[in-house]
Amino acid sequence: MSEANASATRITPGNALRPEDIAASDAVPSPEAAEYALWLGDDSLILAQRLGWWISRAPELEEDVALANIALDLIGHARSFLTYAGSASGRTEDELAYFRREPEFRSAHLFEQPNGDFARTIARQFVVSHYQWELYSRLAHSTDATLAGIAAKAVKEVDYHRDHSLQWVLRLAQGTEESRRRMIAGLKLTWPYVEELFADEPLIDALGGAAVRPSSLREPFDAAVAAVLAEADLEVPAVPGATGGGRHGVHSEHLGYILAELQVLAREHPGASW
Amino acid sequence: MAAPAATQYGSPDVDAAGQQLFDELIAQDSRIEPRDWMPEAYRKSLTRQISQHAHSEIIGMQPEANWITRAPSLKRKAILMAKVQDEAGHGLYLYSAAETLGTPRDKMTEDLIAGKARYSSIFNYPVLTWADIGAIGWLVDGAAICNQVPLCRASYGPYGRAMVRICKEESFHQRQGFEILLELANGTQAQRDMAQDAINRWYAPSLMMFGPPDDDSPNSKQSMAWNIKRFSNDELRSRFVGMIAEQVKALGLSLPDPDVRFNEDTGKWEHGPLDWEEFKEVLAGRGPCNAQRMERRREAHEDGAWVREAAAAYADKQARRAASATEAA
Repeated sequence: MSEANASATRITPGNALRPEDIAASDAVPSPEAAEYALWLGDDSLILAQRLGWWISRAPELEEDVALANIALDLIGHARSFLTYAGSASGRTEDELAYFRREPEFRSAHLFEQPNGDFARTIARQFVVSHYQWELYSRLAHSTDATLAGIAAKAVKEVDYHRDHSLQWVLRLAQGTEESRRRMIAGLKLTWPYVEELFADEPLIDALGGAAVRPSSLREPFDAAVAAVLAEADLEVPAVPGATGGGRHGVHSEHLGYILAELQVLAREHPGASW
Repeated sequence: MAAPAATQYGSPDVDAAGQQLFDELIAQDSRIEPRDWMPEAYRKSLTRQISQHAHSEIIGMQPEANWITRAPSLKRKAILMAKVQDEAGHGLYLYSAAETLGTPRDKMTEDLIAGKARYSSIFNYPVLTWADIGAIGWLVDGAAICNQVPLCRASYGPYGRAMVRICKEESFHQRQGFEILLELANGTQAQRDMAQDAINRWYAPSLMMFGPPDDDSPNSKQSMAWNIKRFSNDELRSRFVGMIAEQVKALGLSLPDPDVRFNEDTGKWEHGPLDWEEFKEVLAGRGPCNAQRMERRREAHEDGAWVREAAAAYADKQARRAASATEAA
């Protein structure tokens, strides 16, 4: 965590960057940085929406609490990224979350994948938290101070998500025959969507030191994930990668349903304040 | 959890001495702690009350969780998630408090799933609109606070202490509920209508949360003698009515009860008649959502069985590994 602590914005408890601070600040992203903030904000928003379903349905009360915590962290990250993204076009976080149409979203397909059973949810979280940790620990040094500030706060939280999911991967893989079978199945269902996370896009070239090059995260991600899977006596699933497209607004079939539920009430009352 | 060895029940001498000490502690308004001798009826009554309270927190997560995915702003979504998460936390403290009386959490969960244990009837009403989330915070959590603040002084230590923390969080919940309604009340006509409709539907059920009228509340007397309950159902209900009668004015909305008034002679707030037949129907399992709530809890419990088994099996394996490593060394 030394990388995060070295952040130029020196985020400390009580001094964390909140969406309200971002909205109130004069920092306005370049159009490219705004687009990049949408990528990251949408990823977290859609996954928080997915995880929110588990609250009151988890296998143990302790997991209701833990999954709610993760969802809350993610929604916090999403709010910050979307607030910042919106400041480039005079839109609020809510205008972006509730009044964009599906092709305007930028989430990668992995974040849109169904919860499935608990093992599948854990497999998805395992990948996401390792990816986000690698990403945010580097983005904390972004030349864009706001992106750096959001990432410096987020990486501390994602570190906990990483621990939570890897502990469950170990438990499920080495618990019972059934849990092992389900864990393997969960990883297999998740893995086709890993590749998209590490695909470079022309946008990244335009951003220079403000963004983190996705392909540069692949090696550390693979190493971290492989170590956990080896300890769990599991193999990295050998499955073909799916064609992505989320960063261009081409989504999985799931996103339409997610947005229908997310947006229904806000859209019934356009312009209303809540 | 077996009763601690220091408290050998069943021997006449110990029981007589224990009863005497217990009576003294109650008379001094002191606290009874898990290792103290206590009458079996006290233990049983508290186990019932605390576990019902825990179950209410857990079942109570459902109606609100129902709106997490549809919350109309990201800030509201985050607040609602945090609130439902708090309720899971309250359930955990309360199950722990009940466990100190000797009943394991698994047993309490099994009783809930089997339909043998009760939870607050209020959660058997449907949460139909976003304004219901506000009304639940304001009225349901508000009624819960009126009930629970005196429980911070309950004679059983672990319960009283759990309630202190719970009350702090509940008062935050109540304020957020009121704030939701305030925002709606200052919003569009459709939002105002939504808020009034929610208050209309949640008013009477929230008043009935205090339990039946005093002359029809069989457990109250003993509970008050044991310093668990401090005020009667009707007394608490009257205080609550007074509180919301004032607060509703700040919303510019109204309570659906023309008989709410302050009685100068008695110094108490009064309300119109409540439909206790409906209360009994819901209590008996014939409310709008009883079956739905139970099904959801049962489903989560059963779907999660393989996860709990896996965690237990893994913990066993780890413990065995650690033991054999120690042996080898």
